[in-house]
Amino acid sequence: MPERTKDVLDRFRHGDLDAFEALFREHQQSVYLWTLRIVRNTAAAEDLTVEAFLRMHRACARFDPARPFAPWARRVATRIALDWLRARPPETELDSDFATTVPASPAADPGVAAEIRSKTAQAFARLPPRLRIAAVLFLVEEQPHKDVAAALGISVTAAKLRVFRAVRLLRKDLERQGITP
Amino acid sequence: MTAHKEKQNDEDRIKEFLKQTLPPVAPAASPARDLWPLVLGRLDSEPATSYTQLRPFTQKLPWFDWALIAGLAVFAIAFPATVPVLLYYL
Repeated sequence: MPERTKDVLDRFRHGDLDAFEALFREHQQSVYLWTLRIVRNTAAAEDLTVEAFLRMHRACARFDPARPFAPWARRVATRIALDWLRARPPETELDSDFATTVPASPAADPGVAAEIRSKTAQAFARLPPRLRIAAVLFLVEEQPHKDVAAALGISVTAAKLRVFRAVRLLRKDLERQGITP
Repeated sequence: MTAHKEKQNDEDRIKEFLKQTLPPVAPAASPARDLWPLVLGRLDSEPATSYTQLRPFTQKLPWFDWALIAGLAVFAIAFPATVPVLLYYL
């Protein structure tokens, strides 16, 4: 770890506001991106990013400056995003305007029927939030199991198990809706 | 087809459906505005040390915990023979 970074982390741990701002400036985009990947709502991702940094500031004394800041920040952000998902009724989970408001990678294939997309969205919204996070981060965003596990504060095996359970539940739900994956 | 291959195919198909439904977020996505002023504003509106942290332990306990403690004390005085049983279960 570079000396300058270690110094900033040390000062952050002691509640230094300038160090906190430096860390905020450095990690704001990555925390926002991670949160957006989970909540899939730009306004909520901004609010949750602010909330995550506030929580980090409150918990600065518990931060270990010998460890990197980014995974810790991601873990705090994941916890807050999970609370947000849990607090929302399932039917409001997916914003209909997501595709137009979120800067996304290549658009959906028009060959895939709108009906399939709609039913997949419903099935996804019915997944328990902790399985949904694992599924979206690993299957859609293609994040490594290691990163997903670290952000969720679980082992890699447990993260793989969550993805497996999410896939199984999605397949069952889609079959119930008359779609055989 | 082995069970492993079947599982992999299953995961791939679900993954494709999900990706069509929820397009992956572009890696360059960033907030539409600078969020630092919001963080500063929230920090300013928070007390330096919250009242909860300053309150002594006895004031942090909710009333029903006190009622439970009082009930246990009365019970222990009325039936002293049950004290070892209570201690065992604590």
